[in-house]
Amino acid sequence: MAGQQDFVIQAHGIRSQFGETVVHDGLNLDVKRGEVMGLVGGSGTGKSVLVNTIVGLRKPQAGTVRVLGRDPYDPDPVRRRDLQKRWGVLFQDGALFSGLSVSENIQVPLRENTKLPQSLIEQIARAKIAMVGLQPDACNKLPSELSGGMRKRAGLARALAMDPEILFLDEPTAGLDPIGASSFDDLIESLRKSLNLTVLMVTHDLDSLNTICDRISVLLNKKVTVGTMDQLMAMDDPWLRAYFHGPRMRAAQHAEQGA
Amino acid sequence: MASVVKPTLQWADGRRRLVAGGVWDLSTARLLNTRLPKVAAPEGSDPVAMDLSGVDRLDTAGAWLLERVRRRFAAGGRDVSFVRVPDAFTELIQDMQKVDIDRMPPPLRPRPVVNLLNNTGKVTFDLIHESLLLLNFLGLVLITLGKVVANPRRLRVASTVYHMEATGIKAMLIVGLLSFLIGVVLAYQGAQQLAEFGAQIFVVDLLGVSILRELGVLLTAIMVAGRSGSAFTAQIGTMKVNQEVDALETLGLDPIEVLVIPRVVALMITMPLLVFFADIVGLVGGAMVASAALGIDYGAFLNRLQDAVTLNTFFSGLVKAPVFAFVIGMVGCFQGLRVTGSAESVGRQTTQSVVQSIMLVLVLDAGFSVLFAEIGF
Repeated sequence: MAGQQDFVIQAHGIRSQFGETVVHDGLNLDVKRGEVMGLVGGSGTGKSVLVNTIVGLRKPQAGTVRVLGRDPYDPDPVRRRDLQKRWGVLFQDGALFSGLSVSENIQVPLRENTKLPQSLIEQIARAKIAMVGLQPDACNKLPSELSGGMRKRAGLARALAMDPEILFLDEPTAGLDPIGASSFDDLIESLRKSLNLTVLMVTHDLDSLNTICDRISVLLNKKVTVGTMDQLMAMDDPWLRAYFHGPRMRAAQHAEQGA
Repeated sequence: MASVVKPTLQWADGRRRLVAGGVWDLSTARLLNTRLPKVAAPEGSDPVAMDLSGVDRLDTAGAWLLERVRRRFAAGGRDVSFVRVPDAFTELIQDMQKVDIDRMPPPLRPRPVVNLLNNTGKVTFDLIHESLLLLNFLGLVLITLGKVVANPRRLRVASTVYHMEATGIKAMLIVGLLSFLIGVVLAYQGAQQLAEFGAQIFVVDLLGVSILRELGVLLTAIMVAGRSGSAFTAQIGTMKVNQEVDALETLGLDPIEVLVIPRVVALMITMPLLVFFADIVGLVGGAMVASAALGIDYGAFLNRLQDAVTLNTFFSGLVKAPVFAFVIGMVGCFQGLRVTGSAESVGRQTTQSVVQSIMLVLVLDAGFSVLFAEIGF
């Protein structure tokens, strides 16, 4: 199937509304298999809402969502469950279960969804801990004993526990120092290659957009504008110009070219 | 990509090459986990090549299982190299070789006996430690309270009034209902016993003394501890998690003065009022049963009540209310400030707060009983 152009996420005609406020109206988004799609937009444009809509947490007022060709709002819980096993979601602060250790957190999906023996589950969890670059002694720690960056890595390890095909990341590098942020970018890039992931990430990190995103979706006027960085930079919209031609962006690009 | 292709691992080339094929992922990991340990290294020390060209699908679990075979062979002195690895899997195979599981601490295993001893010791030490901390906090609150009394402008009036409403007026319904029902129950139960002696009228004495002296104040205290003490802990605890308490401190505000004193003062004002309310409603409940079921009308009830109960009886109950209020409020705030880090800790300290304040209230109540008996109050 390699090389074939298939869309793993298809959201068509999405309309999201909170009371009187319309956040998305007739929004279309398609994500290809194997690409890293960045999702940006100003505050309150509904980036997280869109991700929640795609992963089945918030039913849109109108429109259809298909992930891997299936409906995340399927009334049949078994089919919904099957789909949920095939994606991983990293929430902003990791959303780790606070009563469980890091290793136990990662084991939760494995225990629920497979019938593997405990010893193997433990080993797989440890392999994930190593893969996301956590220190070995982190595995028995509680989330409250971890730093913000470590919590994100642990959350990523849990999102990857079932070896999903799609990974949703909500501001993965927010709140990390530049070194931590760029090593997180490297991590996502290398995991994408290893695990053949499709990634949809909400981010404001211009370096991430520059380095790891293949395409970028911009939430603008309640719809999505998709393009590569160069395409978006060439567009004429005032918000896009402000976003992609600001001083921070120039600095990020300069760093990229210098590297 | 049919997922039914079973994983295979077979020897080839006179046991020098291991050929893997099929699907190696979570769906087949269980099967592989039982089969793989049976794949034994042949005699000799020649390196083994593991041919992965036939592998259709590989995920972390599958790669880890392959890696486990490699490590087992390596431990037996046989080098294994992965050959003809499909491009898509090379990174994953390399990643797994870097995984150093032995350097990780072993998983926590339950050890019942050790844990029992461990917990017994820990609970004992925690109890001592916590008692000292509570005593310390008591001092802190009293000093701050003293400062506020000396300079009443330091009392946060708006906050105090807000908490008076929350812990007083909003608690009236539930406290009233509870004591009304207790009055009803007491009247029924007492009447049944007293009827055996033909002394039904003494049910009024029973109600008057027990409700005014003990039950009114005690039940109110338990209700307030469960309702308002726990709320104090949860409120302050959440502020602690959000670093709001730290923020107060950096702004030069004293958390005790801003958060604790208004709550404690509010509770000390409202609780005697609640107790008074509970006393009256409890007696009304008793009186209603007495008139409806026992044939003691309201007039007779009131007459008998005046004989049975002195003002001392009433005050001996009421005087305990501010003391209990202080304890409940203080423990609630103390536990709130003890919250650390996670939301889970808020829940734990809230439970602690209710248990501790009710226990202290009961201990104090016993102390009051002894005291009042000694001084004949």
